[in-house]
Amino acid sequence: MDTPEDFRFSRDHEWAHDEGDGTVTMGISYHAQDALGDIVFVELPAEGDEFQKGDDLGVVESVKTVSDIYAPVSGEIVAINDELEDAPELVNESPYDTGWIVRIRMSNPDELEELMNAEGYESFLHDGE
Amino acid sequence: MTDDELKKVSLHDFHVQAGARMVPFAGYSMPVKYTKIKDEHLAVREGAGLFDVSHMGQVEVRGPGAIEAVNRLITNDMKRLVDGKALYTMMCNEDGGIVDDLVIYRLAKDHILLCVNAANRHRDLSHIETCLRGDAAVGDISDNTVQLALQGPKAESILAELTDVDLGSVKFFRSVSGKVAGVETLIARTGYTGEDGFELYLPVEGGDAVFGALLDYQDRGLTLCGLGCRDTLRLEAGLMLHGQDIDENTNPLEAGLGWVVKFDLKGDFVGREALERIKKKGVQRRFRGMVLEGRGVLRPGYPIELDGAPIGELTSGSYSPTLEASIGLGYIDKGYEEVENVEIQIRGRSVAARIVDPPFYKRSR
Repeated sequence: MDTPEDFRFSRDHEWAHDEGDGTVTMGISYHAQDALGDIVFVELPAEGDEFQKGDDLGVVESVKTVSDIYAPVSGEIVAINDELEDAPELVNESPYDTGWIVRIRMSNPDELEELMNAEGYESFLHDGE
Repeated sequence: MTDDELKKVSLHDFHVQAGARMVPFAGYSMPVKYTKIKDEHLAVREGAGLFDVSHMGQVEVRGPGAIEAVNRLITNDMKRLVDGKALYTMMCNEDGGIVDDLVIYRLAKDHILLCVNAANRHRDLSHIETCLRGDAAVGDISDNTVQLALQGPKAESILAELTDVDLGSVKFFRSVSGKVAGVETLIARTGYTGEDGFELYLPVEGGDAVFGALLDYQDRGLTLCGLGCRDTLRLEAGLMLHGQDIDENTNPLEAGLGWVVKFDLKGDFVGREALERIKKKGVQRRFRGMVLEGRGVLRPGYPIELDGAPIGELTSGSYSPTLEASIGLGYIDKGYEEVENVEIQIRGRSVAARIVDPPFYKRSR
């Protein structure tokens, strides 16, 4: 799958998409969901929760394993994808679209620039983690 | 252990070519899945799944005293087995702890095959060599043996096309020798999935031919399956995983395996004294099944609580593709036998679960 051009990526395989209003939507990358396999449960934070960049804000569980979701940027949760409660498989089926996880109002928008762009992420994957 | 130090099974290249995700397991590089664990799991329940389980250990005991010798090592009773019959048993240490759980095939009165867990192979061998008495010799044939498992309701009809053996006469926990795809094979109606099916034991040289012949049935109901779904299948069937649900610090009585400890039928065996003491005193905990009622996934190590107080711990847990719920196995302390509803601690959340007796899944016969 092509890595979307206008997304930013963390070394922990989260993506963040700038919504242009001080918020980002985030999820996990195609590579991350593929490595996890069939996702059967997503533990989401609550709206209003605040996280520092790198904090674990939730959990994705596949049949085989448990993986933390880390905040790619600092800020407050302003929306959660509650469809994942009944359809966690959306993270597998559409990691960059309907499988989004939360939306974060950034407390430090400069952090977005610290994340890798699509090209940088692809070479990061290619070179091995 | 780096990937370079992992052992490869003889069919390794087949797996890589088939797109398997290879993972380290018991010192081997093994396929955990080819496509999706859920799909492979359901394929075994509804059609047929083919597993390469050549990492498993195969140990032979031969000689006129083979039956006596093996019977002294195990908790179940071999004496009533006729040629071609198999049994499930524990092999215990002197303290009654479970060294391994294994399937034993009586091939002839002087020839017995033990199928042991890969991770325990060397420990088992030294235990067997230390405890073996009488006129019998033990040999490890694991490295020369391919073990395949063909499991699921369509297993018999697929295998029937590759052999002249009358599979209908091979009942559950029986075995027979015969040719499969031209290769001399031990065909056993055993498995670790809770489905009908077969396990095939054959020499390494025949592996390509038999595995290749079976792969041709991928367009007729056969699915290549990895160890990922083997674990979810055995969990649904309530089957034990040694090293997780049972180990040398666990005894068969507390693990609900009293049915394979035949105090009354046999004489002395390794661990008998200790197990009799345990039986007299009563077990300190009991093995039970749990179905999660709230959201989440049960995993090994999660605490089991009643009104906030710990009463046990999970040893296995996963998502069950058949039940579409999370299920687990674990031990609950003495005194809580009647408890039906508990809470499981999942990363700081307390989630309701219901106690059940395994298996979670039983095939219709």
